[in-house]
Amino acid sequence: MNFELLFQLLLNGLIVGTLYGVVAMCFVLIYKSTQIVNFAQGEFLLIGAWVCYAFLVEMSLPFWLGFLFTLLFMMAFGIILQMVVLRPMIGEPIISVIMVTIGLSIFFQAATKWIFGATTASYPQVFETRSINLLGMQIETAYIMSFVISLFIMAGFYWFFKYSKLGLAMRATAFDQQVAQSLGISVKTVFAMSWAISALVSGIAGIVIGMVNGVSSALSVIGIKVFPAVILGGLDSIVGAIVGGVIIGLLENTAEFVDGQYLNWGNLFSIAPFYVLIIILCIKPYGLFGTKDIERI
Amino acid sequence: MAEPARKTDTAQPMLSVNNIEVVYDEVILVLRGVSLEVPQGKIVTLLGPNGAGKSTTLKAISGLLKTEDGEVTRGDINFMGQQIANGNPEDIVRSGLFQVMEGRRIIEDMTCIENLRLGAYTRKDKGVKDDIEMVFEYFPRLKERTGLAGYLSGGEQQMLAIGRSLMARPKMILLDEPSMGLSPLLVKEVFGIIEKINREQGITMLIVEQNANFALKVADYGYIMESGKVVLDGTRDELLNNEDVKEFYLGGGSEERKSFKNIKSYKRRKRWL
Repeated sequence: MNFELLFQLLLNGLIVGTLYGVVAMCFVLIYKSTQIVNFAQGEFLLIGAWVCYAFLVEMSLPFWLGFLFTLLFMMAFGIILQMVVLRPMIGEPIISVIMVTIGLSIFFQAATKWIFGATTASYPQVFETRSINLLGMQIETAYIMSFVISLFIMAGFYWFFKYSKLGLAMRATAFDQQVAQSLGISVKTVFAMSWAISALVSGIAGIVIGMVNGVSSALSVIGIKVFPAVILGGLDSIVGAIVGGVIIGLLENTAEFVDGQYLNWGNLFSIAPFYVLIIILCIKPYGLFGTKDIERI
Repeated sequence: MAEPARKTDTAQPMLSVNNIEVVYDEVILVLRGVSLEVPQGKIVTLLGPNGAGKSTTLKAISGLLKTEDGEVTRGDINFMGQQIANGNPEDIVRSGLFQVMEGRRIIEDMTCIENLRLGAYTRKDKGVKDDIEMVFEYFPRLKERTGLAGYLSGGEQQMLAIGRSLMARPKMILLDEPSMGLSPLLVKEVFGIIEKINREQGITMLIVEQNANFALKVADYGYIMESGKVVLDGTRDELLNNEDVKEFYLGGGSEERKSFKNIKSYKRRKRWL
């Protein structure tokens, strides 16, 4: 058994998994506060990555400035999207809202291809050294950055929901909208802010993945990968999203190892998470951390 | 009012509701001309049976009616010189009017302190920490509860809901059935604290109650509603000594009522409506 390869893959899995976790958190954030299943989550990554590309390559801004501008753009994008497209949908049946997000997903896919082209583009080199040696394994610098950024974002989410006023208001709105309003919280603001934060953080994830793999429409696949992660963790649990993301990341890479070393089927890598999704739905429909609805009689 | 004679009377009441009509879903008429006044610093209570429209009156004042597809279609509501009928709940909270909703409605998956901090959502000053301590002074037993608010007892949840309203530093609190689902001993405790808050903080209160006994003990003035209308009002003593109130709300009352053959009480009820 090739232990070195296994470790390398598991490490990759952990790093990619935390990134899945971050995107899953964004998905859960929208679901929890606005009850919308956002099928366009992957396209948020795509847009973030392309916009940053445009700032860096076409306007040749320095990395930190382009990154900052992208964050501002994504925030505005989230707010406008919520205000223009989703606010009029409040009170409509859930299936209509889901259709709208699927429509958004297709629209953004096409729009980015139209504007930026269908070929893979890559960012200018950000780090001096492409990879460093850690405990005898070669790890790409961008991966380490991705891991650090993910942990940073998670800590940020924790702080935000535990201590900030807006975070508390978002939790209150998720729990009971009428009570939130009775406390003077504007539900409209909370909805807009959850889309803004979700778009912003997804944009960061898009840039990070873009740095490793290049920017192309393949980025939005993450949006689909996030489903097994979210359902594994429980649709309404932020912690569950992180755990689910890491598990899916590890699982993918283990599948890659088993497939590459023994089975040689090819592509087990990309379908393994969905098998797990089906199994989880059979035995634990609320996921690992999801709340079951408590009915008081 | 332009009449100079009235000005010398008393200062304008903090809250005045003038002949409001409330319609739900554009068709269901719930309030049919309700008027009431709450003077600054006083406790006023609104009594009446189920379905009389007491909670609707409170929601019309606090703006929460909007969240239930209700609308004030006639009349006006004046709070400290401002027209607030059909206003946004957020704006009304910011202007100093805070409603404690029926059935406590605390955020169950948060701790007591998080619930209290939420109460201060509309505030921008730095005094939130001190105010949490102030709330704990009124409700010492909340301080010991560090777990999730969903695990508190009914009485503690009610205390938390009242404490949360204090965090907004309101000028006036609307309390919707603080006694609901509580044991008589706890009701007594809660009403004791309500009176203390009114006295010490000078916060004006409008309390909706079914438990007329307790409510009239703390209130300065009372209104009685039935079927979407105010049918009787008076000071505490007037209401406590009113034969009809004694009969319908306080229990006891006159001798003759004990016979079921006697339909006098029914007649009186008819007259009220």
